[in-house]
Amino acid sequence: MKKLTLLYLSLLVGVITHAQDHSIHQKETDTLVTHLDEITVVGRRKLSNYRQEKTLSSIDEYLEKSNRVTMIKRGNYAWEPTLNNMASDRLSVTIDGMQIFGACTDKMDPITSYVDVSNLEKVTIASGQEGTENANAIGGGIDLKLPESKYYNTGLKSSVDLGYETNGNYKTTGADLVYSGNRLYISGDGIYRKSDNYDAGGNQEINYSQFKKYNISLQAGYKLSDHDNIDATFIYDKATDIGYPALPMDVSLAKATIGAIAYTHRSESTFVKNWETKLYFNTITHIMDDSKRPDVPIRMDMPGWSDTYGLYSKIKAKTQKHQLSFNLNAHYNRSLAEMTMYPNDPNENIMFMYTWPDIRTYYTSIYAKDQFYISTKEKLSFTARLGYQTNKIKKETGLESLQIFYPQISDSKSRILTSFSANYTLKHKKTDFSVGLGYGERAPSVSEGYGFFLFNSFDNYDYIGNPTLKNEKSAEVNFKTNYNHKNFKIGIEASYFHIYDYIIGQNDDSLSPMTIGANGVRVYNSLQYASIFNTFLNASYTLNKTLSLNTSVGYHYGKGSDHNNLPLISPISYLAEVNYSLKSFNAALQVNGNTNQGNHSVFYGEDQTAAFAILNLNLGNTFFIKDNKLILKYGIENILDTHYSTYADWNNIPRQGRNFYINTSYVIQ
Amino acid sequence: MKLKYIVPVLLLALFTSCSSDDDNDIPPVNEVEDLIKVKDITNDTHTIELYTKSGKFYTGHNDISIRIMDNSDKKYVESATISWNPMMQMETMSHSCPKSEVSKVTGKNTVYNGTIVYQMTGMNGSGWSLKLTYTIDNQEYEAEDTITVLQSDKQNVTTVTGSDDTRYILALIEPSTPKIAVNDITVGLYKMENMMMFPVVENYTIALDPRMPSMDNHSSPNNQDLAYDSTQQMYNGKLSLTMSGYWVLNLKLIDDKDTVLKGEDITDSHTQSSLYLEIEF
Repeated sequence: MKKLTLLYLSLLVGVITHAQDHSIHQKETDTLVTHLDEITVVGRRKLSNYRQEKTLSSIDEYLEKSNRVTMIKRGNYAWEPTLNNMASDRLSVTIDGMQIFGACTDKMDPITSYVDVSNLEKVTIASGQEGTENANAIGGGIDLKLPESKYYNTGLKSSVDLGYETNGNYKTTGADLVYSGNRLYISGDGIYRKSDNYDAGGNQEINYSQFKKYNISLQAGYKLSDHDNIDATFIYDKATDIGYPALPMDVSLAKATIGAIAYTHRSESTFVKNWETKLYFNTITHIMDDSKRPDVPIRMDMPGWSDTYGLYSKIKAKTQKHQLSFNLNAHYNRSLAEMTMYPNDPNENIMFMYTWPDIRTYYTSIYAKDQFYISTKEKLSFTARLGYQTNKIKKETGLESLQIFYPQISDSKSRILTSFSANYTLKHKKTDFSVGLGYGERAPSVSEGYGFFLFNSFDNYDYIGNPTLKNEKSAEVNFKTNYNHKNFKIGIEASYFHIYDYIIGQNDDSLSPMTIGANGVRVYNSLQYASIFNTFLNASYTLNKTLSLNTSVGYHYGKGSDHNNLPLISPISYLAEVNYSLKSFNAALQVNGNTNQGNHSVFYGEDQTAAFAILNLNLGNTFFIKDNKLILKYGIENILDTHYSTYADWNNIPRQGRNFYINTSYVIQ
Repeated sequence: MKLKYIVPVLLLALFTSCSSDDDNDIPPVNEVEDLIKVKDITNDTHTIELYTKSGKFYTGHNDISIRIMDNSDKKYVESATISWNPMMQMETMSHSCPKSEVSKVTGKNTVYNGTIVYQMTGMNGSGWSLKLTYTIDNQEYEAEDTITVLQSDKQNVTTVTGSDDTRYILALIEPSTPKIAVNDITVGLYKMENMMMFPVVENYTIALDPRMPSMDNHSSPNNQDLAYDSTQQMYNGKLSLTMSGYWVLNLKLIDDKDTVLKGEDITDSHTQSSLYLEIEF
């Protein structure tokens, strides 16, 4: 560790002295806009504004910067994104339009954990029914966009990244290499991350919070003609020795292989501007075990597998007033998870069950979107999606085990899923305004439909899936307005979801829990309805070119028809920051907090989380060394070493205490 | 190179064709297919073959098939009336056990079938003998020999004294191959009238509460208490097993007047009934 610190110091000194002579000759092309629904990963090589303080931050840290996204944490790795206070079951999370489903029955491997920031160009976050471009969803869509092949003929370009954080002795090493020719584009990158246990505020070590992961991605594109090109992507992501301090089990292996091949036809002169057809597959292995825990009531292994094969064909077309897009997509997924328990009496047979009894999902759908530009100021947009989904229980044992609870069910169930939205936008010089309506449906997730004794350590209940669940349906209204005056900008956005047949686990006292020490069993069922409301107020003031202020406050509400609060609904959240930025230097001081969680759900096993506020300082420099560029990002997170946890921290696991970090990227052009 | 493969094939063909030349009859239908012989009991005139699925006798419920071969012409007898009597010889006394009648298996010419519930066994499976009395063409014969009855791993039969001071024997018949599902459960219930008589008890109820002791006495839903089936002369119910492993089937024996004769409800403090059977898979 000393060596590394020394290395950084010498690098820093050397670079600063060297860099003085060089004028800045390249304009930064940051396009990241804080409060837009689309946030863009600017790439590790560019000095971005305060939204990406760390060039080497994980996707999780990165997503957390978005207004509407909060991350559920079960440890220091693989956080689960929620959008509009809705978690993965209600979202469509895709990698460049590709469907991919976690293989863990306990949501320990959200999709976002199987890619790395280094793989991505941007993340598109769309709220509610606007986020249904790739699948039916209720809360919205998160699409992790991979970079497109660029035929710039710039030749070879490479960069090296190093990162170190004191809290958890967290090291990151990455490298990437890009070749861009006239017809051929090849890029490859690799990143390795390793962290020990982190410390919460007050130097409290959080045991089982370590992780280790590497990610390799390869991308190649070939231009067949001026209008046609073919692309191939391959990502291999492997994490090992991942601790989950908030859970009774850890993960010894989480591995994903993602592959895709796409053919794109582009044309500016015809009605159809862009036609992309992609074939893809991904396969995930997730091995959960408790071999590192000294005291457990019973030893168990819980491996899971998820394989998805799919294709989509997207067309973008344009007329003078209309911008149309169509997406025809289909996928097939196989989800299998099992549990083996080893009795304390070695003479007894091992105990076994399928927790996901080999569920096959077949999904086909069609999506259309029309953006109608009524005038230069007004726009109307419509989306519609029609999907057909069939679930099949492949394992006879799986069907028979679920028939213990639902004697009447058969091995398959089909559903039709629809979604519509309409949005009106009005833009003036100083103000803009948009209002939208939406209706959408979703099918239950594999766990909600077919899970078998899935233990949830959050409320300490075993969950049983329910194959007879109705589709969940959401009616949604959203509203957004912004006002600019000189250097001052204020914006309000709000969305309200009225969700019919809201799927949630409900107590069944007649059932006996399987997990030793569990409070009981909950069976997924439908509430008549639930209401979720989110609103944000954003304001920013730009004093001059270099100094700006920015604040954001969010209010959230979630209640079921039974008058109980919904679980995992954020209390009032706020953020305030001061940014100072020059062309080659930036600094941001940030306060970030939640109020006391008064809306916690006692009924669903939540306790109240106390208010907190933390202070962060982020700094960044860019230096040019001949043609090459060095980017430094450094700062202190949680400066005051506050001991805190948020409402989204599983079992109130405390978050990181004070952390000094430094990220460096060296770009060789 | 290729000869290496051709030669054995040729030889095999030659050998099989030769052997089939010797057989000029149509091969007889094997009526004891899937069964394994446990023992032959012989007398001067006949050899009595005893078969079970496993080829052994175990404590608990045994499904036994019988063939009688005429020692003189080696042919199997097709019309016999058979009765049997298993006996346990103990140090101070001897007793029999619950048994069904022996009847001809429908659709078969030479096989007879019945069931015996061995409620216990001696050291190394010793102590039991089986006496067969059979009539062929009005002529009565007898054959007797000792048999080996092995101890089952799990308690699939139990002998208890009810609150009515009667000794009852309960034997698990089905599921013989349990699975993670709702299983059909069948239990035989017998009363020990005396050392020799173990008649089927009719119209009682057997309450069922399956538990996994290793999993903090986890139970399962949608079980169904066992009720008497007069045609089968057994008790049938439903047994839900949510996972594989070791299960204790906690039982309560309830008579036709709703009096609990044996067994208790399972609570946090009372984790196992005094009347139970076991399953492990």
